[in-house]
Amino acid sequence: MRTSSRPKELSGPDGTPVPVVALKHRDRWIVGTLALVVFAWLLSTLATNPNIRWNKVAEYLFFPKIIDGIWVTLTISVLATVLGLVLGILLAIMKLSHNPVLNWLSTLYIWFFRGTPALVQLIFWYNLAFLFPRLVIEIPFTNIGYFWNTNDVMTGFNSALLGLGLNLAAYFAETVRAGIQAVDKGQTEAAYALGMTPVKRMRVIVLPQALRIIIPPTGNEFISMLKTTSLVYVVAGNDLMTNASQIYKQNNLIMELLIVASLWYMVMTAIATFFQSKLEARYGAEAVRLVRRPGFVQRAFLKRTAQPAMGTAGITLTADDSVTAGKDLT
Amino acid sequence: MSNKLHVEANGVTKSYGTHLVLAGVDFTVKAGEVSCIVGPSGSGKSTFLRCLNALESYDDGTLLVEDRHVGYEYRDGRYYEWNTKQFAQFRSRIGMVFQRFNLFGHLSAEENVACALVQVRGVAKSAASIRAREELARVGLAEHSHKRPHQLSGGQQQRVAIARALAMDPEIMLFDEPTSALDPELVDEVLEAMKELARQGMTMVVVTHEMGFACEVADTVHFFDAGVIVESGTPADVLGNPQRDRTKAFLAKVL
Repeated sequence: MRTSSRPKELSGPDGTPVPVVALKHRDRWIVGTLALVVFAWLLSTLATNPNIRWNKVAEYLFFPKIIDGIWVTLTISVLATVLGLVLGILLAIMKLSHNPVLNWLSTLYIWFFRGTPALVQLIFWYNLAFLFPRLVIEIPFTNIGYFWNTNDVMTGFNSALLGLGLNLAAYFAETVRAGIQAVDKGQTEAAYALGMTPVKRMRVIVLPQALRIIIPPTGNEFISMLKTTSLVYVVAGNDLMTNASQIYKQNNLIMELLIVASLWYMVMTAIATFFQSKLEARYGAEAVRLVRRPGFVQRAFLKRTAQPAMGTAGITLTADDSVTAGKDLT
Repeated sequence: MSNKLHVEANGVTKSYGTHLVLAGVDFTVKAGEVSCIVGPSGSGKSTFLRCLNALESYDDGTLLVEDRHVGYEYRDGRYYEWNTKQFAQFRSRIGMVFQRFNLFGHLSAEENVACALVQVRGVAKSAASIRAREELARVGLAEHSHKRPHQLSGGQQQRVAIARALAMDPEIMLFDEPTSALDPELVDEVLEAMKELARQGMTMVVVTHEMGFACEVADTVHFFDAGVIVESGTPADVLGNPQRDRTKAFLAKVL
């Protein structure tokens, strides 16, 4: 811990070393103990609750239908995130375009998809057949083409993918726009001065540098998407939540299966968080700070490192601290 | 020195809203000539330089650079505005060095120099990187070719920027206060690279506050104030024996 680097002794008034008495944080110990007691009590009421059959939780944890649901949840999350990212970049470029029509259409899209709940959009796509009973691809003014039954296309899975992906695109467009605008204007000028066209400047110079800022929050979007997929429940997309609910509707073990589903969501989130932190380390703390406030862990950690500098005994620490602060910025 | 004119400006004006930045600039640069533009901040000298490669538009007057009417094509009694391809093609033969270097942050020094060769000229990647290393060697940075801009000092970055512009075989080089953002001890290495370029006969337009450089290298010095060229001539005339009061007042402050 950082506090251990505090000096054990300092030179006293007469020049000889004098021992330093460390500050005892009694208040921290008291508050910490109280919080722990409350937490332990809550945990014990849950663990010892006779109405929760923990053996059933264990039994259903690796139930085939649950495992199948996890795969569907993961697939929808990955595909919807990819759809959202690609479409989001397109929307952001449209929004920054000098073409007023593209600009206006992008604004309208973002307004519509952020302005309506994801749940409504999911149900809308699932029931698209009410508007268009058949989806037709054909060469205009001829009968050459192909058609699908809308209800065959808009399965729970596909409408979930569309609903969540199109929704994410609207939010992600704003992140991409911020990323593109954060790239220094001088980069654009230099690209133009070398004879690049606007499209080349965007593709070769601006977007690669904007990615530094855009990529870290994609981890966040994915984690949020993992849990948003539980909305797929309403269109019966065979995801983790849908499958868990189908089981508890038959055997009435509602709490037990919700615990099973929650445990799996937590495992998936933990794994995704691990990769997210890798991603953030790769793309630099500076970029992350631009788009996201520090999380709980970072806040707690930063507070601890910042404190010695504020204390009176922190003379020898300032150099050490400024090094850490400098590292954060590079 | 041939008599070919690389830049010919007549009565060029530009305003931002009601603020007149360029109030009728007359300016010429001959082939192989080094032309320094000096003057107080806000006098329009950078804006004028940026007009020369169409990074800024101008409102009125004629501006010919490399025999092309900047921004417009004259056809059948009309001026047709350039499209993006024409702008790009025009700018690709004009080198520009910026005050803040503007190196591409995601590319190494070598890639910075090679990038436009590949993307704009269509040179093969291998040939472009050989050329890039040659250009970096010319500005004394052969051993830094793999470094990213943030790993280089300001002076080194600016020399990479010069190499990047030179790799495109420009007809003319524009410098926009190339040493203003540098620590004092790094100024000389950049000025040396520019002097070497002048010795090789490159046509250069340099906006600068380095009076020593202007005295030593420039063929002509132009003193800008309030959007017009107040005084032009050899360095000895303009800097050594200024005729106008405004020039005298400015030089009294900076020398």
